[in-house]
Amino acid sequence: MTLTAETPRPSVTAAAGRARRPRLLPRVAPYLQAAPLTVTLLLFLLVPILTIVAVSFWDYDSVRIYPDFVLTNYTELLASPVTWKTYLNTLKYAALTWAITLGIGFTVAYFLAFHVRSTTWQMVLFLVCTIPFWTSNIIRMISWIPFLGRNGLLNSGLISAGIIDQPLEFLLFSDFSVVLAFVHLYALFMVVPIFNSMMRIDRALIEAARDGGANAAQTLWNVILPLTKPGIAIGSIFVVTLVMGDFITVRLMSGGQSASIGLMIANEISLLQYPAAAANAVVLLAVVLIMVVAMLRIVDIRKEL
Amino acid sequence: MNSSRRGLSFYLLGAFFALFVLFLYGPTATILILSFQGPEGGLTFPMSGVSLHWFRNLFEQQAVGDFGGSFRRSIALGLMVMVLTVLFSVLAGFAFRRRFRGSGALFYLAVASLIVPSILVSLGIGLFFNILGLEPSWYSSALGAHLTWTLPFGLLIVFAIFNRFNPAYEEAARDLGATPWQTVRHVVLPILLPSLIGVGLFGFTLSYDEFARTLMTAGSFNTLPLEIYGMTTNVTTPVLYALGSLTTVFSFTVIGLFFLGLILLRRHRLRRTGA
Repeated sequence: MTLTAETPRPSVTAAAGRARRPRLLPRVAPYLQAAPLTVTLLLFLLVPILTIVAVSFWDYDSVRIYPDFVLTNYTELLASPVTWKTYLNTLKYAALTWAITLGIGFTVAYFLAFHVRSTTWQMVLFLVCTIPFWTSNIIRMISWIPFLGRNGLLNSGLISAGIIDQPLEFLLFSDFSVVLAFVHLYALFMVVPIFNSMMRIDRALIEAARDGGANAAQTLWNVILPLTKPGIAIGSIFVVTLVMGDFITVRLMSGGQSASIGLMIANEISLLQYPAAAANAVVLLAVVLIMVVAMLRIVDIRKEL
Repeated sequence: MNSSRRGLSFYLLGAFFALFVLFLYGPTATILILSFQGPEGGLTFPMSGVSLHWFRNLFEQQAVGDFGGSFRRSIALGLMVMVLTVLFSVLAGFAFRRRFRGSGALFYLAVASLIVPSILVSLGIGLFFNILGLEPSWYSSALGAHLTWTLPFGLLIVFAIFNRFNPAYEEAARDLGATPWQTVRHVVLPILLPSLIGVGLFGFTLSYDEFARTLMTAGSFNTLPLEIYGMTTNVTTPVLYALGSLTTVFSFTVIGLFFLGLILLRRHRLRRTGA
C-alpha cells in the first residue's frame, strides 16, 4: 500500500497512521466478540456436563438424591446385561442408519453437484430436499404410521398388487421402522456436508482425470471420493451421534418394543433416578466421544471449514 | 459442469433423486390428507368422508392440552433463540477471524456442543437448575439448552460465510478511509445480510422443533414439541394429524416469508445500485 503511494492520498496516510498507533480495543475486541458464545456454552453445556458427572457419583432413593461419592451407579449399570444388550442394539441402529444414509447422501449429493448444471436448479432441488425437514421431527415420525401400519398404504398396496396376501407385520413397530425413520430424519444431515465438499472440488481436477483417460467410475473412486471424505466424515458424525443419543424415535417407532441407550436414560429420568441416569449419560458420552474422535482421525474438520 | 451430453447415469441418478424426494414427502403428504378424515375415521386409510372435524377438535382444547399456549411459547422461544443465535455467532465469527487465546478451545467446545447427545444437555441443565434450587422455565433453562444446539450451527455457517467473503472489499473500504466500524456497518454486514437471515431462520426452526433439549428444561409449561409428544402417547385420533398439518403449514409460511424477504431485499438493492 505505502510502496505504490508516490502521490499519497490523505486517506491512505490516515489509515496507516491509525494502524501504527497501539490501541487497546483491537486487542481485546476478539475476546469481547467471543464472550457471549463462550459464556453461553460454559453455562449451558460445560457446567451441566460437569453436573452430570458429579451427580453420577451421588446416592439416591425413591424420594430424593443425596450428595455423596458412591460407585454403585456405575457398578449397577455395567454389571447389568440389559445395559450391554441395549448398547449393542443402539450400535446396530447407528451402523445401519449410517450405512444407508451414506449411500443415499452420496448419491443425492453427487447428482446435485455434478449432474445438475445451473446453480439455480441446484438451489431449487436442494430446497426441495430441505422443505420436509422443516416439519416437526415427531410429526415426521408419526407420519409413517398410516403408511406402514397393518392396514397402511404399503400393505394394502402390496396386497392389491397381488405381491403378498398377508399384511407384512414387520413394517411398523419394529427395528425396520426405527431405522427407516432414522434414515428419513437424518439423510439430509449426510447430503448437506457431502454436497458441500463436492461443490468445493476444483472441476479442473475432473477434467484432468478425464483427459488422463479415467472413466467415470475411476474418476469417482480416485478423485471425487477422496476429496469428499471431509463431508462424509462430518455427515457421519452427525448421523451417528444423533442416533446414539436418540430416544424418541426408538420409543415411537418401535412401539416400545426396542430400547436404546437414550431411551434407557429418558426412562430413568422419568422415574427420577437421576444419579443412575447420570452414570448412564457419562458412559454414553464417553462412547460417543470415542466414536467421534475415531472419525476425526480420518479428517481434520477444522481445515475443511 | 459435466460435458455436454446427458448420459444414462444422469437419468438413473435423477430417478434416484426423485425417489428420495418421494421418500421425504410421501409420509407427510399422507398425514396431510388424513387430517381431513371424516369424524368417524381413524388413524389410517380408508378415509371415511372428508371433513374439518379434527381441526375443529384441535381448537376445542378437550382431547388436547394447551395447544395454543405451547404454540405461543414455542414461537417466542424460537424468536429469542433466533436473535441470540445471529448475534452471538456473528460476533464470534468476527473474533475467529483473528487469532485469540483460547480460540481453539472455544471451537472444540462449540463442536462438542453438537455431538453431545441432546438428552444429556437436557439432563445436565435440569440437574444444574435443580441443585441451584432454580425453577426451570422455557425462557431461561430451555433457552440456554436450545442455544447449545443452534449456536454451533450458526457459528459453522458464519465460518463458511467468512471463508467465501472476499477481504478485498474491506481493504478497499479501508483504503477509502473508512473506520473499522464503518467498514463493518457499510461493507461487511450488507454483504453478509442474506446469509445472516439464513442463520436466523435456521436457529428459529431448530428451536421450534427441539424436543429432547426441552424435555427437562421447559419447566411447568410445555412447548409445542413436548405437547405433540404428549399427544402421541395418549391421543389415538386424527386430531394428531390435524396438528401435524397445521404446524407444517406454519413452517411453510415462515419459509415463504423468508424468501419473500430475500426477494424484496434483492430488488431493493438492485433498485439502489441499478439506477
